[in-house]
Amino acid sequence: MKKFIALLGACLTLVTGPMPAGAQDILIKNATVLTVTRGTFPGTDILILGGIIRKIGEHIEAAKGVRVVDATGRYAVPGLFDSHTHIGVTDVNEMGETITPEVSVADVLTAEDIRIFYCLTGGVTMVHTMHGSGNPIGGRNATIKMKWGKTPEEMIVPQAYPTIKFAQGENIKQSYYNPPTPRYPKSRMGVAAIVRGELLKAREYMEEWDRYETAKRARKPAGFLLPPRRDLRLEALADVLRGKLLVRCHTYRADESLEMVKLSKELGFKIACLDHASEAFKIAKELAAAGIGISVFTDSWSYKLETAEGIAYNAAACAKNGVLVSLNSDGGPQMQYMFNEAAKTMKFGGLSADEALKLITINPAIQLGVDGIAGSLEAGKHGDVAIFSKHPLDSYARCEMTIIEGEVYFDRDQDMKERQEKKNADAEKDKVKKES
Amino acid sequence: MMKNSMIGVLVLALFSLAGAAAEKEPGFFVIRGARIIPVVGEEIPAGMILVRNGRIEAVGRSLAIPEGAEIIEAAGLSAYPGMIDSCTSLGLNEISNVAATVDSSEIGRINPQLRIADALHMDSVHVPIARASGITAAHVVPSGPFIAGQSGIIRLNGRIVEDMIVKSPAFMRIYFQAAPQFIGGSMAPGGKPDDLAKELKEILENARVYQKNKKASENNPAMTRPEFDEALEFLLPVINGQLSVMLDVGSEDEIKAAIKLVKEEKLNAIFFGAEEAWKTAKEIKEAGIPVILSNMYNLPSNWEDGYDARYRLPAELQKAGVKFALASDKYLPPFCIDLPYQASKAAAFGLDKAEALKSVTIYPAEILGVADIMGSLEPGKAANIVLADGDILDRRTQIKRVFIDGRSVDLSNKYTELLKKYEEKN
Repeated sequence: MKKFIALLGACLTLVTGPMPAGAQDILIKNATVLTVTRGTFPGTDILILGGIIRKIGEHIEAAKGVRVVDATGRYAVPGLFDSHTHIGVTDVNEMGETITPEVSVADVLTAEDIRIFYCLTGGVTMVHTMHGSGNPIGGRNATIKMKWGKTPEEMIVPQAYPTIKFAQGENIKQSYYNPPTPRYPKSRMGVAAIVRGELLKAREYMEEWDRYETAKRARKPAGFLLPPRRDLRLEALADVLRGKLLVRCHTYRADESLEMVKLSKELGFKIACLDHASEAFKIAKELAAAGIGISVFTDSWSYKLETAEGIAYNAAACAKNGVLVSLNSDGGPQMQYMFNEAAKTMKFGGLSADEALKLITINPAIQLGVDGIAGSLEAGKHGDVAIFSKHPLDSYARCEMTIIEGEVYFDRDQDMKERQEKKNADAEKDKVKKES
Repeated sequence: MMKNSMIGVLVLALFSLAGAAAEKEPGFFVIRGARIIPVVGEEIPAGMILVRNGRIEAVGRSLAIPEGAEIIEAAGLSAYPGMIDSCTSLGLNEISNVAATVDSSEIGRINPQLRIADALHMDSVHVPIARASGITAAHVVPSGPFIAGQSGIIRLNGRIVEDMIVKSPAFMRIYFQAAPQFIGGSMAPGGKPDDLAKELKEILENARVYQKNKKASENNPAMTRPEFDEALEFLLPVINGQLSVMLDVGSEDEIKAAIKLVKEEKLNAIFFGAEEAWKTAKEIKEAGIPVILSNMYNLPSNWEDGYDARYRLPAELQKAGVKFALASDKYLPPFCIDLPYQASKAAAFGLDKAEALKSVTIYPAEILGVADIMGSLEPGKAANIVLADGDILDRRTQIKRVFIDGRSVDLSNKYTELLKKYEEKN
């Protein structure tokens, strides 16, 4: 049997790549396991070896050296996924220019953002941390795991799609800037035009390079053949056109969301997902047909004019109409209670518990191309698990433990213990101070 | 097409007529078979509530149904008192970033003359949404960098503002924090507690002198009346103990300075915010000052206090015997609907479940001084009743019926209307 597991392990290792660094072995005992994709199993164990889920089943025995976590009465769910945030970075917006695809948040990751820890306290293990919405074509984003205490390099999820931030609407128009910057664009016409213009420029750039490469490969290359000047901005946009860099577009109004879909068809780029998309319920049919998903809030609305029709039923209505929906915190306090946000889609739109959980697990994982390693509890996927005191969609639930690749990054009991120890130590220090 | 739209108009007209009829007069009815959670008093697994003339006449396991009373079958549903949001800008703030729709603050630091009742927008889209979430009354509060103005308590039903007002003025709101706030499109600075206390004491002293001179001149025709001072005029109820103050406090220092100020100036006061109340619970308890907690969802200001500092605050105050109520988040109307979930969050972090429910019903009623008419399902109180298919503090629960002052209120709102409109279009 052991041999079999080892063999299986070896196979899975081949499939999923090298074992994640800092991986641990852990056995979660006797939890109600919400796999999200394959049903719910009471009284079930999860064995994580080398950071990978090896087995989910009853009465799994722990080998020597495997940490055992008793989860009796508790609920185990896949580590939660916040599909649009701005944490773990030192900068969010490059506002010196309007078109900035050459910048990347991966260059400014920081592992010292306390919000990484706050995410863990709410069961979040992976986030898509993004460039801001200051520019029609912003910078590139990064998908990271909440490995609090590790380095930025260790946080990055290399399997995730490379994505770039586009943005439309009132932030680009700078409708609420006081005073606004005198820059183009200032209208939704200008936003569409600048995106089109820049990508047409990138197409020419790409063609120049293609022509050069072809000429270089010719049987008798011309002696005076010079390469075009390399332009990092256009290089990134050429990758957008090549489909290597997927677009995540900040958008609110249904008309502008559809405009972006139209632009993607006209110019031939791929939209990974529309972000915020608070009027997506109006165009669910079109989005479903185009195979474009959305990443939304549940009920944050009415803070800008373009959010005035962003109803709380949006997520559920779209999910029911075949749109791939995920939820996000946008870096707001929701990052600590994504599970509560998901529960609201049961109230507003009547999603089932599993459908609601998908919005913060497998759906965002699909949107970012990491559903092969995360987003559900299945053998072979990364050992990213959140353990809750009750069903996570129960409003009285509390996250008790968060595990990434078999390693415990948040343990409420441990956290409370450490806090108490610090309190005692501080009291002791005060006492000594007073006495001396 | 023509015919269809004609029918549509007809149906719409009928629908709104029915809605209006349902709201116009308070009903005479018995809710039968519901699980009754009166908040004050024992829970009844299946009981009856008799409502007449806008008030609860009787609550019990079994009541004699008077002739003419409509029977509302509610087996399988739970009856709760309507919830009360103890601090919001509902009706003053429509789209927070669009200045034309925001009337919750004014220019200047000292504005005791402002009254929310003068600016209330009863057609705010947020009112029907809050109502459909089981909130039947709210404490509507102005904001400002220092003396912000007079708050009011409203019921979430009515055709004109007068219909909605339960009590106005309710409190004089005074911001007593160092933290800057986003007001009127820019950041307004706060102040150090000692400086603010000194300034406030001076203002209150000026009001006392102003009152003294006014009275003296009334009795002595030889003496000139002091020049009319709008700010001081509206602070007279405060110095005379007729109007309580709501002090926004946050840090330990601010809370301690505010307690000292309240004692020295003999103010009737409640606290709002009080993020570090857990450090000063003993002092607050001794001073007998109730606290309205808010922004529970915000991330903690100091990570050293623990990631759950805000979540566990209600439980800590309960343990210390401090009277408290919960308010929705950030004063902003879209967050009203989160009020019940602040309570369940507190319960997830140590607050007794029954206390959690009280902190959004009877406790706010007591702190806001309206417990004689709302906050629980007791005979004599206004018939503010919510029928839900489960625990109202749980997000998965659906609210089925809401009654305000015995009137069955329409639960449709901008959310449901837009949803319906596009379901039909799609």
